[in-house]
Amino acid sequence: MTSSAARSYLYERHALLVRITHWVNVVAFIVLLMSGLQIFNAHPNLYWGKSSYSGDPPLLRMTAKSAPNGERIGVTRVFGRDFETTGVFGLSRDSRGAWTERGFPSWLTLPGDRWLAMGRRWHFFFAWVFVINGLLYLAYSIASRHLTRDLVPEVKEWRTVGQSIKDHLRFRHPTGEAAKHYNVLQKITYLVVVFVLLPLVVLMGLAMSPWLNSLWPGWVDLVGGRQSARTLHFVAAWALVAFVLIHVFEVIISGVWNNLRSMITGRYRIRTEEPRDAT
Amino acid sequence: MPRDQQSRVSRRKVLAQLFTGAGAALLAGCEAASRTQWFPKILGVGEHLTRGAQHLLTSRRSMAQEFEEADLSPQFRSNGTSNPKSPAYQAHARNGFADWALQLGGLVASPATLTLAQLRAMPSRTQITRHDCVEGWSAIGKWTGVPLSEVLARVKPSDSARYVVFHCADQMSSGDLYYESIDMEDAYHPQTILAYGLNDAVLPIANGAPLRLRVERQLGYKMAKYVMRIELVGSFAHVGRGKGGYWEDRGYEWFAGI
Repeated sequence: MTSSAARSYLYERHALLVRITHWVNVVAFIVLLMSGLQIFNAHPNLYWGKSSYSGDPPLLRMTAKSAPNGERIGVTRVFGRDFETTGVFGLSRDSRGAWTERGFPSWLTLPGDRWLAMGRRWHFFFAWVFVINGLLYLAYSIASRHLTRDLVPEVKEWRTVGQSIKDHLRFRHPTGEAAKHYNVLQKITYLVVVFVLLPLVVLMGLAMSPWLNSLWPGWVDLVGGRQSARTLHFVAAWALVAFVLIHVFEVIISGVWNNLRSMITGRYRIRTEEPRDAT
Repeated sequence: MPRDQQSRVSRRKVLAQLFTGAGAALLAGCEAASRTQWFPKILGVGEHLTRGAQHLLTSRRSMAQEFEEADLSPQFRSNGTSNPKSPAYQAHARNGFADWALQLGGLVASPATLTLAQLRAMPSRTQITRHDCVEGWSAIGKWTGVPLSEVLARVKPSDSARYVVFHCADQMSSGDLYYESIDMEDAYHPQTILAYGLNDAVLPIANGAPLRLRVERQLGYKMAKYVMRIELVGSFAHVGRGKGGYWEDRGYEWFAGI
């Protein structure tokens, strides 16, 4: 029997645990990013090496200084080159509107004003939420075979990477039954995020802990030293932000409500011209 | 527009507003929660989890990394107080701390005072370690001093002693004197020293002369400078504002291992 009337139907796309861990992760990531920038602001410089005072200049520095005309300006130095960044980096308005010297602006930090102790409280509480939530997701994904079934690309898929890049650049997304699976770029991206960026950001955070440095003295030098770890923690965090921006963009252009519904209720609407079931 | 389509559009509008509203509310809520009495205590659970986990992973005597001469920072950064203003301290400084003596008391069998010469005559340890400030920077210095365990052996702490409190000479901008505390595990750690030398020279005033604490598995704020008096206590609830240290009294964690 053929039911050609069924041109659209809902199917269960995301398991409950994936949905819960996704949204817990959203909250934890926002808090960690903003409290992390609060912590960064206590010393808005990044270095490469074991210490900050090795004789080498920082890789990145955000400061406020007086311009020749006497006006205060924000200056960001990246690899020895200065950029004027008044209003955003180095010098910006605090929550009461007063110009203050600070790395990232108050609208990007938690708490908004300079408050390192409170930033650390938020950061180290939500770091636990983030790690436990991530481990739950990982354990579920392995046990339920979500990882091997849905995320690891099949051998034949690797040949379609070029085509998938073209499709993404043209904002073309799979429709119909093909929309039931992640595309190959999506799979690779998710795997890089889950197995490279997230472990990296956590590990580099732990590498900054003087207590954990004593676990195996010298292990932090494998990545260049504690200040390198701090730089890598920062870079990995912004790489995750870049992922989130692209992820949200793709969610919006490929059917925002359908995508959102599937991550809240689990159900995703498949629209197809073909008969739903032919038996 | 058909009715169901119309309701779908308005539903979407509501959802969109819900999402942006939720985001803004979340941030405003975080800001407000930071200023309550109770919420930071919940966040403080993180400190206990971290302390427990880090102690599970490391042994009591796990050693902080020690570095080479080549790693030394050209100049060791001075942070916080760089020259205590009190007349008593200034008098000692003018005199090269010749009449100065460290006072040791509290829950000990034999309270004592030790001059700088006496401390220098005791067994010493020299270590090149990295100093990690809570602000995020690190500096590497070569410290020479007497292990705290040697000093404690002189005064014989009683069994009820659980913390070592360091009372300092530097008055902070709030008017309170700097102080810090560590537990007995850290007190007896081989790298915990009372340093009187930095980079093969006498410890400069900017870095805590005549005596500063080194607790190498923790952040810089634990490593009290200008140590004048050491007190063994069963609890630090009645010292300072009760949180175990000057910065702890201002919201920083007592366990500064991360």
